[in-house]
Amino acid sequence: MQTRIQGKAYVLGDDIDTDQIIPAEYLSYNPSDSEERKYFGMYAMAGVPRGQSGLPDGTLRFVPEGEFKTEYTFVIGGRNFGCGSSREHAPLAIAEAGARVVVAEFYARIFFRNCVNGGYLLPCESTERLIEHIQTGDECDLDIEAGTLTHQPSGRVFKLKPLGDVQPIIEAGGVFEYARGSGMIAGK
Amino acid sequence: MPRPMTMTEKILAAHAGREDVAPGENVWVDVDILMTHDVCGPGTIGIFKEQFGADARVWDPDRVVIIPDHYIFTSDTKCHRNIQILRDFVKEQGLKYYYDPDFVQGEGMPSPYADPTRTSYKGVCHKALPEEGHLRPGEILLGTDSHTCTAGAFGQFATGVGNTDAAFTLGTGRTWLKVPPTMKFSFHGEFPPYLTAKDLILAVIGQISVSGATYKTMYFHGEGIAALTLEDRMTLTNMAIEAGGKNGVCDVDDKTLAYVRRRSTRPEWAVQQDDPAAEYCYEFEWDLAKLEPLVAKPHSPDNRDTAHNCRRVKIDRAYIGSCTGGKITDMIMAARILDGNMVKVQTYVVPGSTEVHADMKRLNIYGEPLQPGERSVEQVLADAGCMIGGASCAACLGGPHDTFGRLNEPLTCISTTNRNFPGRMGHKEAGVYLASPLTVAASALTGKITDPRDYVREPILTGSAGVV
Repeated sequence: MQTRIQGKAYVLGDDIDTDQIIPAEYLSYNPSDSEERKYFGMYAMAGVPRGQSGLPDGTLRFVPEGEFKTEYTFVIGGRNFGCGSSREHAPLAIAEAGARVVVAEFYARIFFRNCVNGGYLLPCESTERLIEHIQTGDECDLDIEAGTLTHQPSGRVFKLKPLGDVQPIIEAGGVFEYARGSGMIAGK
Repeated sequence: MPRPMTMTEKILAAHAGREDVAPGENVWVDVDILMTHDVCGPGTIGIFKEQFGADARVWDPDRVVIIPDHYIFTSDTKCHRNIQILRDFVKEQGLKYYYDPDFVQGEGMPSPYADPTRTSYKGVCHKALPEEGHLRPGEILLGTDSHTCTAGAFGQFATGVGNTDAAFTLGTGRTWLKVPPTMKFSFHGEFPPYLTAKDLILAVIGQISVSGATYKTMYFHGEGIAALTLEDRMTLTNMAIEAGGKNGVCDVDDKTLAYVRRRSTRPEWAVQQDDPAAEYCYEFEWDLAKLEPLVAKPHSPDNRDTAHNCRRVKIDRAYIGSCTGGKITDMIMAARILDGNMVKVQTYVVPGSTEVHADMKRLNIYGEPLQPGERSVEQVLADAGCMIGGASCAACLGGPHDTFGRLNEPLTCISTTNRNFPGRMGHKEAGVYLASPLTVAASALTGKITDPRDYVREPILTGSAGVV
């Protein structure tokens, strides 16, 4: 696993639910079809209402209209990120758009589990309320081994919580890879 | 001696082959039933084939249940294609339990079933699972839907999972779970006629917030819960996820056993109950006499207020449906208020399942079989001006633009559904108030949010509806 990830942040508020991350009207695309899968990137965060998209004036799109990829590497959220539906399309959409890390104060458990077991995104937990310190577009630098997120504009270093029990699954790249590595299921 | 345990701890221990487990431990467990539907099934099947091979077989074709329910009444061709993916997989794997929307053939908007008793289609998975005998005390159910927690009303462990988890279980019959600590919510006293299970769960979520039960079990306890039918207990456990809960459970009693004995596809189950010395991470007790009819205001299920306080809020639409509020008891409660009156705003009614729809045609508003000259629940609702659609998830989660009842404009809607985050029922600027079927029906009559105490004077009997 890569230990340093750098890039721009996209900032959201609290209780970002999976209907905001990927609205239900787009769930008819089949994520197992490589052509259709791209559309989850196009519509990632399409459900975040005006006034809240990328805070603080709330008009910044995560993915430019008509495009499939985002310029942001990090999604920074507040409390209870990914609540609501169990749709795995949510972490998949963020990852398909090109982001790699979510940093939130804490997660709704199914979203967190989908990030980890599907190996889509690295779900980090902050010890501080980062959405009050980081603005959309700011460059950030994640050091996974040190467990820190550095906010480049201010130089502030924010401590992240340890990954805990799920670290072996994250390091393996998902639950299938973990189960193969531990001999629980046969190799491909 | 095993440590004193809760129901959830006992179920997880039994399925992990352990004498006991404690909250916080990670355990690998055997899964009894895996359920999926048309929205998450195609992705799950894709991952299953990618990981286990094109010729892979599911771990047990009698333990996989597939229930298309989300995007049925739509002309979206991708939705029809997704149903075909399920059909092909069922055939290829020889799955025993599949409930096909047989009227979805070819292109365009499908014509709904003509007779709800003469279709293989069932409707919303969380309602169809108990009806078709797939729920039993003591079992572990995983489903690719966050409201899978509904099944905990039957004294089992049930939780929602994503496609990857479901694909893993499809191939292995197993999953890993962190043992959750249990929160105990007790409701005491006699059930007032103006309250429903929906008011109780809105009270709980309003108190602990939409993340108050994250990673935890929600245990609903007390004589208030014992008084409820299984249908209404399902309203409580259904919304455990709206507080972030991993699962929700109710005690197993004679009502549970009567329902399961009549329906179960398997002859045996293991009833588990909390040990007297079981530990809870949180306990709270309510006196039912002091609770008022509640709503959750936009845009969060924990934005609790009383219906009375919201009496000046004008509504554009009322919606009665979903796995939370589209059961036969919900329909009877709404019909009792609407009987002989006309709605003032557009009111959409969507039965949770084809069995609910059949019961709406078969029963009177007291929940008893129709006698000559009586009107059915469906007729009473239609006579009051309600528009009645086919059983489905429908507008509860918005869905494709041509979905029945979808909020395609920034309207204010009062709804018996479970979630009111921005855009949940369609338009991002629409405002959704969650409420009981009594409050929704009363509000439909006035065009404003209305406390049902103005309309309910005596207990609403639901008779034989949904009892077995």
